[in-house]
Amino acid sequence: MKRVLQVVLLYAVLCGAAVLTLLPLLWMVAASLMPTGEATALPPRLIPSSATFEHYRTLFARLSLWRYAVNSALLAVTVTLISLLLNSMAGYAFAKLRFGGRDRIFQTLLAALVIPGQVAMLPLFLMLREIGVINTYWGVIIPGMASIFGIFLVRQYALSIPDSLLDAARIDGAGELRIYWSLVLPACTPILVTLAIFTFMGTWNDFLWPLIVLTDDRLYTLPVAVANLAGEHVQDIELMMAGAVLTVLPVIVIFIALQRYYIAGIMSGSLKE
Amino acid sequence: MLDGRGRERMTSRINPAFWFVAPALSVIVIFFVVPVAASLLLSLTDFDVYAVASRANLRFVGAGNYLRLTHEPLFWVAFKNTLYFVLVAGPLSVGVSLAAAVLLSAKLVRFQSVFRTLFFLPVVTTLVAVAVVWRYVYHPRFGLLNYALSLLAIGPIDWLGDPHWAMPAIILMAVWKNFGFNMVIFVAGLQSIPDRLYEAADIDGAYRWAQFRYVTLPMLAPTFLFVAIITMIGYFQLFAEPYVMTQGGPAHSTLSIVLLMYQEGFRWWNMGHAAAVAFVLFAVILVLTLVTMRLRVREPVASGVVPR
Repeated sequence: MKRVLQVVLLYAVLCGAAVLTLLPLLWMVAASLMPTGEATALPPRLIPSSATFEHYRTLFARLSLWRYAVNSALLAVTVTLISLLLNSMAGYAFAKLRFGGRDRIFQTLLAALVIPGQVAMLPLFLMLREIGVINTYWGVIIPGMASIFGIFLVRQYALSIPDSLLDAARIDGAGELRIYWSLVLPACTPILVTLAIFTFMGTWNDFLWPLIVLTDDRLYTLPVAVANLAGEHVQDIELMMAGAVLTVLPVIVIFIALQRYYIAGIMSGSLKE
Repeated sequence: MLDGRGRERMTSRINPAFWFVAPALSVIVIFFVVPVAASLLLSLTDFDVYAVASRANLRFVGAGNYLRLTHEPLFWVAFKNTLYFVLVAGPLSVGVSLAAAVLLSAKLVRFQSVFRTLFFLPVVTTLVAVAVVWRYVYHPRFGLLNYALSLLAIGPIDWLGDPHWAMPAIILMAVWKNFGFNMVIFVAGLQSIPDRLYEAADIDGAYRWAQFRYVTLPMLAPTFLFVAIITMIGYFQLFAEPYVMTQGGPAHSTLSIVLLMYQEGFRWWNMGHAAAVAFVLFAVILVLTLVTMRLRVREPVASGVVPR
């Protein structure tokens, strides 16, 4: 009996916490479907009286949201592909190839993880301005082309590839590039998926740097556009919620579909000392 | 003819590892390491909107920017606000994460992965988008939170309009947004505690609380340290929440260090001054990280327990 009570109590607490956690997100979706004005009804409504997609239509037709969505997707995909290539090459080399100062360089990189990115932003902006990529997609892409965390993640994973496998391929006459491409990359697939998810979501969700670099509103990413709209359309709650849904939806879908890799990535990331 | 050394030099020159490491390292050095170093130099100059136009207007001012910061009220306000946020939201986040992890790890719970996914959802959401959502949750008249509180005969509170409540409102949202991340790390830490330790404690007749206090917590110490450090580093960089929800207001009550840096550097183009602000942030994070890491040495803990 006591055990039954414990179970009931446990589930009650868990379900209560889950509802509280989801409530802001559920309300966001509900409000985005409400007819104009209903989100400010008293008492607050949790379910629309009748669902309408007019706010989504407005966003796409009048406020050219599709353009921001395309910008966000384009930048996130490009950064993900380029950084996946560069980080996996470097991560593999730090794990398996011999070169002078390898471990010292790697330790230095890890130590640099404690430096907040904002410290680099002011000179980086001036630098990118000199080479003329401020207010272009490249201003966002270039600094994201490689990351210390990405190199670290691949390196930890690549350590487990047996040397004998690589040496056997070398004896068979395979070149280093060939070994990387057709042996190492396939062996690292799980961590590459993880890294791809991290990078994609990180770039998609990023706010401060795109806000600084992209001043032309035709180049805005979704978060920058939403923050901007939130300033201009404070009163249009339903419209804002539709914008928030469209921004959040892609990352939630990706997370739910691939969460196994995402969670595994946090685990191997937290291994670092 | 090449002698041994010469041939060695030749082969080391064409070491294929170079081609694998060079692209990523160049990007990191050119677009991260060099700017960080340049930032230090920048903080020693009076780089402002005139210098943006022409470098001829640039002057070296030594520690001038830093000295100015020490008696600049707005900087101290931002500093205190950020510290307030880190010191309250940090422990609160870690506490909620641990509680959620302990609940999830209870032997009686099934559907563990479903709950884990639900609790984790806020972590992956776009900060700007959910900040917009929470702005309406906190609305003094129509917001869900004040409605819920009114049922308990509390309020109404002008969450984002009252200087006393704006920071607590941002803290609450940050805890909601982030607790899932640390929770996942704690769950792994809890799983790595061998069952035999609990069994031994059972034989000794230890109560639940005693088990938690003398088995779970000490065994989780390394996880705790890791979680504390990454949470602290992340929270010191508070920016998007106040930017979207309050613009640093009301009455500068939510102005954070990074928001100040952004406004000084990219709105007013006082880049030398802003670089000094950024470097103070870095110094504080570095010192606190080192101090926290030292705590580990003092703690008499069974070592080697690391989340898998």
